[in-house]
Amino acid sequence: MSTIYILWLREMKRYVRSRAQIVASLGQPMLYLLALGFGLGPVFQRSGQGSYLQFVAPGVVGMSILFMSIFSGIGLLWDRQFGFLKETLVAPVPRLHVMLGKALGGATVAVIQGSIVFVVCLIAGFRPVNISSLPIAFLFMALIATMFTSLGTAIGSVLVDMQGFQLVMNFLVMPIFFLSGALFPLANLPKALAIVTRLDPMTYGVDGLRAALIGISHFGIATDIVVICAITAVFMGLGTYFFSRIQL
Amino acid sequence: MMRVEHLVKTFGEFTAVGDISFEVAKGEIFAFLGPNGAGKTTTIKMLTTLLKPTSGRIELDGLDPVKHQNKVRRLFGIVFQDPSLDSDLTAYENMEIHGVLYHVPRAERRERIESLMKLFEIWDRRDLQVKKFSGGMKRRLEIARGLLHTPKILFLDEPTLGLDPQSRNQLWTHVKHLNETQQVTVFLTTHYMDEADRVAHRIAVIDHGRIVAQGTPKELKEQTNADSLEQAFLTLTGSSIRDEGADAADAMRQIAKMWSQKR
Repeated sequence: MSTIYILWLREMKRYVRSRAQIVASLGQPMLYLLALGFGLGPVFQRSGQGSYLQFVAPGVVGMSILFMSIFSGIGLLWDRQFGFLKETLVAPVPRLHVMLGKALGGATVAVIQGSIVFVVCLIAGFRPVNISSLPIAFLFMALIATMFTSLGTAIGSVLVDMQGFQLVMNFLVMPIFFLSGALFPLANLPKALAIVTRLDPMTYGVDGLRAALIGISHFGIATDIVVICAITAVFMGLGTYFFSRIQL
Repeated sequence: MMRVEHLVKTFGEFTAVGDISFEVAKGEIFAFLGPNGAGKTTTIKMLTTLLKPTSGRIELDGLDPVKHQNKVRRLFGIVFQDPSLDSDLTAYENMEIHGVLYHVPRAERRERIESLMKLFEIWDRRDLQVKKFSGGMKRRLEIARGLLHTPKILFLDEPTLGLDPQSRNQLWTHVKHLNETQQVTVFLTTHYMDEADRVAHRIAVIDHGRIVAQGTPKELKEQTNADSLEQAFLTLTGSSIRDEGADAADAMRQIAKMWSQKR
């Protein structure tokens, strides 16, 4: 337990101390929120779907958590060659505890970051329809964060160089985001896209967030939770397996 | 304290370490010398549980690193070739985490952190983030950290790489002092022959994954009719330059260098 806690605490301290990074990582979500939220707003309105800002804000919150979580996992790549990770790998503690401490820390950081983006959304004019379901929104934020830090850990454990990182960004992380329905409604999609969106784990996270924040859901909260938990279990299994196999 | 018999490590077709045997006595300072790619770091990784040997036997204080991983890990402290400090944390926090990971009880932890940091002359900077430390200070902190759980063996993998002569000198003075006062067995690798000559009791020269000579610095010089250890080393390993293919770690080292220069 003490191992998990001290490594979690380490992630917290690092996050709090990297103010520049906190601000920098707000840039992208804000761009999506403002450029798309206000830019596509009139078109969206005209097609009878209501306010696009309202629609896209949960997606943007989800996105910031997605990116933050995956990055914290992939950070392993750097950390194991030049960082502190090596020190923890020769320590007389189970690898699983090291991984859990780091992943929980990464997930917590992602949720905090998501909350900051949520506040930014409020400032931009976003209004959740039902304040009492905010805890459900936070539950989904935590679920998304856990799911993707686990995935990131698995990826970060197998990657060998920085080129691999680019590959993961372009062929995994960006598609996960764009095909998740964070930016567009899932109803009446072309057949192929409909199938792909259903295969994307992020879709259920965004759907859950949207259900909690604006009361619109495509699959229903129960389905969202079940799917996310199942996928998280798989990712965690992969993360644990690959992490335990790291050799330097 | 350390016994290695017929140790072999192959990566596919490539033999990194091919059948080496040596022994290190308790309280000895043992230097492992060899050109780039000779198999030094691979050997250290096997000794420190980070890599499984293909075949052969290793014993550290009577324990096999493959079978008794956690017991062996408690036995040694290590300073890696690449830095392994968390540079966003303070020096003290780095020490503290190490203490927790090695289950050093809280009261003892505080006491030992203070005495070690004083010994290595970094106690005044304990609350400074490690990224503000000089190269020499970082190395001293890493050694202090490696000693926190009172290990019997200290591994130093090219600890003086990139340090100025003053820092190198000071670092070895500390290591020698520790070895003399606390009987810590030291296993080190370095590219600086003068350092090995000065601090090591015994030396093994490794080349192409094999030990080509073993003995005290004096014996090695006599064996090769050389005046200096450097000359002896060149006689033993030849003067051709070893161009290793750059691997992923090297590529990342390059990037790390670029970044550290920008800061």
